[in-house]
Amino acid sequence: MARPAVLRKPLGFVGRYEHKPGAEKNRTHYCPGCGHGILHKLIAEALEDFEITDRAIMISPVGCSVFAYYYFNAGNLQVPHGRAPAVATAVSRANPHAVVMSYQGDGDLAAIGGNHIVQAANRGENIAVFFVNNAIYGMTGGQMAPTTIEGMKTTTTPYGRNPLTDGYPMKISELLDSLHAPVFIARTSLHDPANIRKTRAAVRKAIQYTIEKKGFSLVEVLSMCPSNWKMDAVSSQEWIRDVLIPVFPLGTLRDRGSEAVEMKRPVPTFDPAKVREVLGVGGGKQKALARRRVDPKYADPSIRIAGFGGQGILSAGTAIANVGLEYGYNVSWLPSYGPEMRGGTANCSVKIREGSIGEPEATQPTVVIAMNRPSMEKFEQILKPGGTLIYNSTLIEVEPGRKDVETWAVPITGIADGLGNTKVQSMVAVGAFAGVTGLFGLDDIKGLLPAMFESEAMVLLNEKAVEAGYDYVTGMRR
Amino acid sequence: MMARKLMKGNYAAVCGAALAGCEAYYGYPITPASEIAEAAAAIFPKLGRTFLQAECETASINMVYGAAGCGKRVMTASSGPGISLKQEGLSYCAGSALPCVVVDVMRGGPGLGNIGPEQGDYNQVVKGGGHGNYRVIVLAPNSCQEMCDLTMLAFELADRYRNPVFVLTDGVIGQMMEAVELPEPVTIFPDKSGWAVRGTADTHHLINSIYLAHDELEWWNNELRKKYEEIEKNEVRFEEYMMDDAEYALIGYGCVSRVLRSAVEEGRSKGAKLGLLRPVTLFPFPSKRISELPDRGVKGILTVELSTGQMVHDVNLALCGKARSDFHYRVGGNLPSAAEILDRVSELYGV
Ligand SMILES: Cc1ncc(C[n+]2csc(CCOP(=O)(O)OP(=O)(O)O)c2C)c(N)n1
Ligand code: SF4
Repeated sequence: MARPAVLRKPLGFVGRYEHKPGAEKNRTHYCPGCGHGILHKLIAEALEDFEITDRAIMISPVGCSVFAYYYFNAGNLQVPHGRAPAVATAVSRANPHAVVMSYQGDGDLAAIGGNHIVQAANRGENIAVFFVNNAIYGMTGGQMAPTTIEGMKTTTTPYGRNPLTDGYPMKISELLDSLHAPVFIARTSLHDPANIRKTRAAVRKAIQYTIEKKGFSLVEVLSMCPSNWKMDAVSSQEWIRDVLIPVFPLGTLRDRGSEAVEMKRPVPTFDPAKVREVLGVGGGKQKALARRRVDPKYADPSIRIAGFGGQGILSAGTAIANVGLEYGYNVSWLPSYGPEMRGGTANCSVKIREGSIGEPEATQPTVVIAMNRPSMEKFEQILKPGGTLIYNSTLIEVEPGRKDVETWAVPITGIADGLGNTKVQSMVAVGAFAGVTGLFGLDDIKGLLPAMFESEAMVLLNEKAVEAGYDYVTGMRR
Repeated sequence: MMARKLMKGNYAAVCGAALAGCEAYYGYPITPASEIAEAAAAIFPKLGRTFLQAECETASINMVYGAAGCGKRVMTASSGPGISLKQEGLSYCAGSALPCVVVDVMRGGPGLGNIGPEQGDYNQVVKGGGHGNYRVIVLAPNSCQEMCDLTMLAFELADRYRNPVFVLTDGVIGQMMEAVELPEPVTIFPDKSGWAVRGTADTHHLINSIYLAHDELEWWNNELRKKYEEIEKNEVRFEEYMMDDAEYALIGYGCVSRVLRSAVEEGRSKGAKLGLLRPVTLFPFPSKRISELPDRGVKGILTVELSTGQMVHDVNLALCGKARSDFHYRVGGNLPSAAEILDRVSELYGV
């Protein structure tokens, strides 16, 4: 891949920098002696030599290289400060065939974007990251970067970086080298031709691995910033050699390219048949169960089910809502969620209505199913006058306080225990609800159980539970 | 009867996204929106689509930026604290004219607040909470069916206007279950080859929000403004219930609108001529319709929110002082009951 020594721009650059405002469409915006331009050229040459300009995508950061998109003959995205690895993640996943490169400065990558680079590296995203370490914020005029070395004066460390207050220069390559996923991590420099050649090799390796879909590569490049170091070009190079490199030793920290296997990304499908199948769309017409004649006082019930966590409160509500749906009613189910549940209590509201349902919370329930004492004491208070209270007399040893409601003492937990499994108390409650209100037929509920439970044994057990709850209350009525 | 399935609002939103051809989901868990991430994690891989749990909301919205920049239908979801973090990325999405869908299942704030339902994100979402002059389209579902349908619509509008679209809902609608009838999958998608970066020679486009020259940035802001005007012209959506002869109008969106609907029904049964106007789009806001209320014989307007007063300012702007405007709110995770609304109505209007 040797390049003939011709004086022309590599094809990895666009011919004229049309995105660049102003008249000078052939010169970069970088200061004389700046390292960015050199690194750009190494990347552009690699794009040409690997013949990947077509499928190259460059992510431009915020920093002096914010305008990288002026130059590269590639698809370009300019992104928010520090977020390049996150954007590159999605770009690479959206276009698995593309060669996605992210270009970042040390403020961008190590400060504001510190977490993003660590996480992208840890996920082993298939991207090549070119990380320019110039130990300073260039674009904003020379403030401290995470990579600023001890004692170094910047506009925000006017007395020199003091590790006791500002921390120590951050060694990103070493940090990332502690992760499992990355395939290639190297630190190089641009301060002399020999090191530029090494940088060139590292850039190529990173790009090659990205082409081969081997995962995450990062090249940290020590780079001159004469303007903000307040030095001339030559002293800048010397400063890297004499001062910066001792802090940031050069070399390949990791090269696992030969072990890494080619990454495979899934191919998305939009085939309507497949989408329908996965989501369960359609499934033909569903025949509603024949409605039962319901005593008007139980019609359109607004139900509150409450107890402690583990009593299957939410699933009892879900079952009632599901059965209601099968009769063609409008139904809603609203759980209590979050910390309320962590305290060990749970409750849910279920509405079953002929017409459409307004507020989903049963603020004035017509039916309360209380599975423990605190729940009864809390929710009987909001029960509508003339409403129905079904309470778990196994665990609630006191009488309900309300005298203006219909009460049903059902030993729900005891019945479940009698069936050998306390867990089925929720379905005992469902059976009791059906028996009291007459809204659901026993056989109808039984017919729906196979769709609700996975194993045949569970279906049978829950059938018994529903039946026991149902029979208990219909027995009471008789 | 078509097949209807009982599902949570949060789950329905993911079904809507999958049906609309959403190709990638990037998110970060937060109650009460987490089921959206969980449902996407379960469903998307079965369709070869991308699900990724990002390191934070800042990352996830930037992943959305990346995927949208590549022309993919993409979505993220969160709740208040996470939406605050997404504002930076949203400003970039709007500034770069990238279509994307964000679901906000609102919870109580400010700060960590709590995870109960609230509507305190209205300002940060509807007014474009990030920096710069931009707007996002905001759809406000009030049922599980609409969580699916409006999420699908969100993708369509996002592409039509190349703009972020929010589905703004609350803990109640996200967490509740209702029967949902899933529509047919979308099969025709817009051609984005004219601007999206696809890693091909003919898509060497630039996704960017930088306009260095002042005149150029002014031009771009004007372009955006024209787009928002177009949206205001075409996309206003609202729902009215018993408004034809209403003397008092209740205004609320999301879960509040359901309570108001119950209040209207109960109030009517007691002879109070109440009606409900529910904005379905919060931007564009149904200002014109609200401004017409006084001429339609409405004597009093009561706006109800789960915030200490955010949308009510838009109602008042629409009314311009032409009618009596009152406000009622609950916050902290509390919901008003229909009975509470009726008490307030009778206290205010004597009906
Ligand atoms: C959110 C945000 N905060 C701050 C800035 C201002 N800003 C622009 S560039 C920059 C520092 C860039 O420094 P570095 O990444 O080291 O790149 P360099 O300019 O040195 O190449 C800062 C802080 C910004 N654009 N966005
Ligand atoms: S300020 Fe420094 S980093 Fe930025 S262009 Fe100038 S020399 Fe390069």
